[in-house]
This record gives sequence, structure tokens and C-alpha cells, in this order.
Amino acid sequence: MTQDFKATVLDGKPAHASNRPLERVKKLFRMRETGLVLIILALFIAMSFASPYFLTWVNMRAMAMAFAVEGIVVVGMTILLISGGIDLSVGSVTALAMVIAGLLFLSGVDPWTASALAILACTAIGAIMGFFVTVVGLHHFIVSLAIMVIARGACLLGTGGRPIGLYTLPPEFKFIGQGSIGVIPVVIIIFLVVVIASDFMLRRTTLFRKVFYTGSNEKAAAYSGIRTKHVVFFTTTLCSALCGVAGIIYMARFGSAQPTFGIGMELNVIAAAVIGGASLSGGTGTILGAILGVILLSVVSSSLALLDVSVYWQDIIRGSILLSAVTIDHYLNKRRR
Amino acid sequence: MVMNNDLILEISNLSKAFGPIQALRDVRFDLRKGEIHAIAGENGAGKSTLMNIIDGILRPDRGEIRFDGKLVDIASPAMAQRLGIGFVHQEIALCPDISVAENIFMATTNVSRAPLMNYAMLTRKAAEVLARLGDIDPTALVQSLSISQQQLVEIAKALTLDCRVLILDEPTAALTEKEAQILFDIMRNLVSQGISIIYISHRMVEIFDHCDRVSVFRDGQYIMTKDVADTTPTAIVNAMVGRVIDKLYPEKQGEDEKSGRVILSVRNLADQSRFSDISFDLREGEILGIGGLIGAGRSEIVKGVCKLDRQVTGDIVLNGRSLDTADYQQSIQEGIVYLSEDRKGEGLFLDMTIAENISALSLRQVSSSIGILNDGLETGLARRLGAMLNLKCGHVGEPVSNLSGGNQQKVALAKLLSVNPKVIFLDEPTRGVDVGAKSEIHRILRDLVRKGVGVVMISSELPELIGVCDRVLVVREGRISGELTGMDMTEENIMYLASVSDTHLEAAQ
Repeated sequence: MTQDFKATVLDGKPAHASNRPLERVKKLFRMRETGLVLIILALFIAMSFASPYFLTWVNMRAMAMAFAVEGIVVVGMTILLISGGIDLSVGSVTALAMVIAGLLFLSGVDPWTASALAILACTAIGAIMGFFVTVVGLHHFIVSLAIMVIARGACLLGTGGRPIGLYTLPPEFKFIGQGSIGVIPVVIIIFLVVVIASDFMLRRTTLFRKVFYTGSNEKAAAYSGIRTKHVVFFTTTLCSALCGVAGIIYMARFGSAQPTFGIGMELNVIAAAVIGGASLSGGTGTILGAILGVILLSVVSSSLALLDVSVYWQDIIRGSILLSAVTIDHYLNKRRR
Repeated sequence: MVMNNDLILEISNLSKAFGPIQALRDVRFDLRKGEIHAIAGENGAGKSTLMNIIDGILRPDRGEIRFDGKLVDIASPAMAQRLGIGFVHQEIALCPDISVAENIFMATTNVSRAPLMNYAMLTRKAAEVLARLGDIDPTALVQSLSISQQQLVEIAKALTLDCRVLILDEPTAALTEKEAQILFDIMRNLVSQGISIIYISHRMVEIFDHCDRVSVFRDGQYIMTKDVADTTPTAIVNAMVGRVIDKLYPEKQGEDEKSGRVILSVRNLADQSRFSDISFDLREGEILGIGGLIGAGRSEIVKGVCKLDRQVTGDIVLNGRSLDTADYQQSIQEGIVYLSEDRKGEGLFLDMTIAENISALSLRQVSSSIGILNDGLETGLARRLGAMLNLKCGHVGEPVSNLSGGNQQKVALAKLLSVNPKVIFLDEPTRGVDVGAKSEIHRILRDLVRKGVGVVMISSELPELIGVCDRVLVVREGRISGELTGMDMTEENIMYLASVSDTHLEAAQ
């Protein structure tokens, strides 16, 4: 008996263990992710009454396909935001991946090699941005703004501004973007693998813990012996590399390379990450939250489309959702402190 | 209640709660015209809450405030300003990108009806105010000033507001002794003009040398008010902590502990501009102090040894082995660690948990060989070090921002101790830490030394330097100007070495 008591004290665990499940439930309700899930569920219920097409397999699949590829970019953006950076070039770089792979394919390179080279090129673009941010010492915002314009220009230059049809893409390559394993589209499987892997790494690996330290307080991280410039270089490069991956999946899905693809994508991606809890000042953010953010935005778009709301209204509504989410969060945070 | 014409400010039965936490409970306080009234209390005693209520930043739940005999309801800082209450906050809140003069007259500019800025007049007026405080160029940008100069600008800002009550919250925390002395002269001068000053400080010496009365608060309650002439520092400290602290400082190194073995030896350390010719030995069993004025290069030297600054030349020998560290990461691996003077800015990850903060230097210890973190190891490490340092917290998974200053500092210290350092450099380790936690930290340092860890401590607080260290190096203008031990460690000697230059010495001889 005495032994047990001692063990509990030394362990530092609370003695009132019976309250712990309740505490956990309370904690669950305080989490942002719970709020997002509830909002998404409410939307689902409302929409299933409003439109008979909403809860159909076809619509669900279309929605999932819509957010899955963008979700891969959101993962990269979330990690970059946690480290204290931001990337406005994601849309252009995604398009550039398509264009590079597409042009290489047309010039006779096999699609797999072409894709690998395109992803490598995007990674190099990320490394260039990382160089300007960490070595030269410029701000992420400005560097990525410049790269956004440059990459878009390169897309248009390479294609003459016209989409390139890739009708001869082999079916096994198109399978990435269009195929299914059982009833589940390959795109969704890739998305889930990226999400689960990155979520695990972000929470459990020392490498990504350093990303949190750096974003939370770069000075304190440096004063803890963390090479913060390496960390920022890494997250910047990773985000662009994931854009490359997304670009290749889009190419396989569309069967074409579209130089104007992804204009305005950065806003959607940053909005999703921020709705999911990432802070522009770094140090906070979760993959699960960001993915719920992108799902929410996607469900809203899809709902508005089903309800025949004008495309122009959709942008206004998306922007308003971002503003409300951030405002609510701001007040909740204030109250907590 | 008897009307008392001598009182400028009279507070009675004041209470304020934040949610479930009662920050102030029926406190009273009175301020006489033309006095310097010290407020003493540990962090969390309710001092800041009371001051924020007087300045209109917070509204009380209950209670009366009389200003110059009249019942007032101070609804906003603007209203406090109209009444003539000026507040110099501990944290500097200046605009770094505009000039000193513009900063000083920010409030005046704000209410001015003139459509155009009159920079010539602004600069002239600012120069007048600054002339009383020190050598600061009114046209300089605030970001080009040192922290202590910025503090003086804050004070200048308050002085221009024509105040009748001036609240100074730990104004000397970032000042050197010399600058502090100038501030005290200014305070005396203001008081002779009929201004009343509320002076918040943790430093007993300042309270007893420069204040007229002192009020003590503890746990949100009013404890007592005394004329400083009628009380002692020990009595005040005991009232603050609510228990008897027998000794302010731990025992020093005993004769038998002087092994003389050199742990760390630094030779001819220099960087391009801020310091040169730095040589010293750190011996086993001693706490080595580094004194000197702010800006003399103390922190820079220490950061140089740790290779936080890479542009350093010179030899560093640790336990007889010459070190060739390229950056701080490598210094840590060799067992040399640094505690920053800026706990919030450079020391901690405020929005992260206690455990995550503590393991920042030692991720390898709490993860597998392929870099997967182990929660159990991480919380275990945090609990073990937390228990060792007597950290007061609910559990190690709560954000470090929930902790008091003293406990935050213990987390910062735990972070360094997690790697079992051989030499630990501490830059102002007790700044902004309350008396109780302060003496605990001193005791921890003594314990570390007894375990064979080398401890070097920078402090601007002379009593602390003298009370804690076994030997003190004094730095002046980037060079070591002298070394003091035993009975020679006095405030006068340290100040002399810190401030009198060689040319002065030669002139004297």
C-alpha cells in the first residue's frame, strides 16, 4: 500500500485518476479540431437536406478528389508556417511541375523520369527561396512573391500560354490521377499516406520538433544550439517539393499540363492552414487541423456550387469564412490567457 | 474618514478578480504628496494589478480611489493621464523606427490640433528633458539606443506629461549603477517639486537608500506600510515572503573546497570590435562572477566563449583539452552552455509546454536512435529536473507561459542542465525573479558547483554578485579591468574597476 502511494507520488501522476477520462473529454472539446469537425458535420447535415445530390457517392468522391491534391500542398504550407515562414509561390510552382514534366514527356522522356525531374526542379526552386531567406536574409513573403511571378512566367514561356495536351500518357501513369484501388481513388490514398506520415513526423520526430522550436522563438532555438537556418531552409524546400508532387498528380489526373493552373491557390492553402490552427507568427499548427480546414473550404465550395451560387459569391464567402475563423480563434485565445 | 490634505492618492477596500483568481483582496494604499513610496512584493503579489488599476488599464471590482481628496473612477489610461498619473512600465514600449524626440512627445502629438509636425520645436523640447537624464541625442532613432538609454527615454516621456503621481515599475532593472544613480537624483528633484512617486523594485538597497516609505503586498493582500527609517531589509523580505528567510545568500565556497583545479581556461579571446585580450581561468568549486557596466561587453565575451558569436579568436581549454568548437551546437556537445539574460526573448518557447522547453537541448536523450520522440522519456526528464530545481507547476505538459518569472527561469535552467553541462554561463540569472525563487536559484548554483560543474555568472546587481560569487572579474570597455576576491569584493571596488578608465588612474597617480 505504502509502496503504491510512493510510486504515484514519484510518478507525478494526479491521484484522482478517476477524473481523467472526464478531463480528456473536456480537453477534446477545447480543441480546435473538434470545432471544425462539428462545423463540417453541421454543413453535411444541412446540405443533405438542401440538395439531393450532396450525399451521393459521386459528389463525395468529387469533393475528396478536389481537396486531396491541394491537401498535399497544405501539408507543406502548414509545416512552413510552423517554422515561421510563408510561401506565396505554391500555385505557380505546382503549375510549373506540370509544365516541366509535360514538356519533357513531349520531347520523348518517359513520364516517370520526367515527373521525377519536375519534382527535383521544384525542390531546387524551394532551395533557391531557402537560400534567399536564410543566407541573404530576405523575408519569405517577398522572396516567394518574386518566385510566384517568375515561376508563372516560366510556365507561360514554356507553353506559349496554352495548355498542352498529353494524350499519349501511358495508362499506368494516368492511374495515379484517375485510377482507383477498389473503390478508393489512388489520389486519396496518396493524400492519406502524406497526411499520416507528416502528422506522425510532426508530432513524434526530433527533426520536426526543431521546426516547432524555430517557429516558436527563433532566438531561443538558436540559443538552444538548434541550427535554425538549416531548419527554415528545409521547410521552405519541403513545401516546394510537395508542390511538385501535387503538380504531377494533377497532370496525371487532367492528362494535360496547364500553365495557368493554381492561380489564387496560395490563398486557399494558407487559409486552410490558418483555419486549422497554424499561426502566421509561427510555432503552432497541426496537420489534422489544416486538413480539416481544407475539407471545410472544399465542402463549402461544393455546397455553393450545388446550390447554384455564383462563382463570384464563392470567393466572397470563402474570404469571410477565413476572417470569421481567425477572429473567433483570436478571441478564444485571448480568453484562455 | 478623516480628510487628509497630505494625501494625493488614497485607496481603500480595493478588490479585483480575474476569473477564479483573486488578484487583489480588500487592499489599501495611500500616497503622500512629495514622497517616494516603494511597493514591495513577490511576483504575483498583486503589485502590477494595483498599478494597472491606478493607471486606468484595469477596472477594480470593488473599492474606492480618492485622488487629491476627491473620489474618482479612473476609467482609462487617458483619464489617468488627465488626472496627472504617469506610468513607466517595466517593459519598454517605444517605436523603434522613429526618433527619440517623436517618441517622447507621442502623447502630446496625439492630442495636438496642429496639422503639421514642428520638428524643430519637438527636438528642442526633447533635448531639454533629456538634458536632465543623460547624454541622448533627441534625433537618434530609438532602435540605435541601448536598452538602458531606451529606459531613460521612457522616463523622459512620462516626465513631459506634467504628472503629479509617477509610477516607476522596476526602472533600474536594465540600468547600470551609474545610470540608476542619475535616476535617483532625478527622482529626488521631482519629489522636491511636489511630485509623488510610486516605486516598484525587488532591490532592497534601492528601497532603503532612496525611498521614504514602503508598502508590502503578498498574495493579493495588503500586509503593511512602514517608514523605511523604522524597518529593516530583513523585515521587509520576511513580510514579502511570509516566512523567515534566515540568509539572503547561500554559503560560499569553504576552504576545503578550493581544489584549484582549472576546469575552463580562456586565453586571448577577442572579436573584431567589442572585446579583446580576454584571459581567465575557471576553477573547480568556485562561482565566478562577471561584473561591469551594461554595454561593457560582458555578455559578448560569454557568448564568444560559447561560440554563439562565431567571429571570435582565442584559445579555450576545457579540462586540459584544447577546444575547437565552430558553433554553439558544438559547444553544447562539449558541455558548455549559456543562459540568456532575456528569458522571454531568447530563453524560452513561451507557447510550448514545460517538457518541450526542457528537452530543447537534449532531443537525443528523449528519442530513439532514428529520431522518434518518446513521450515517456520526455516527461520523465522534465519531472526529474523539475523536482531537482523545485519547480512549482501543475504538470509538465502545461505551457511555460502559465508559470511565474521565477519558475520560468527554473525551466530555462533545467533546459541547460538536461545535457549535464561541464561549464554553465548565466547572464543575469535572477532578473525579474522574486526574492524566494532568487535565493533558490542561488542555492542551486552553489549545489552545481559542489557537484563539480563550473559556474560563471554575470550580474548587474552588485549585492548579488558579492553575495553569491567567490571571485569576481570586472569588465570595462571590452577588457578585464580587474579581479576581486574575498574581502576585496565590495560595491565600491567593483564600481571603481567598472567605471574608472586607465587614463583616469594615470591622472590620479
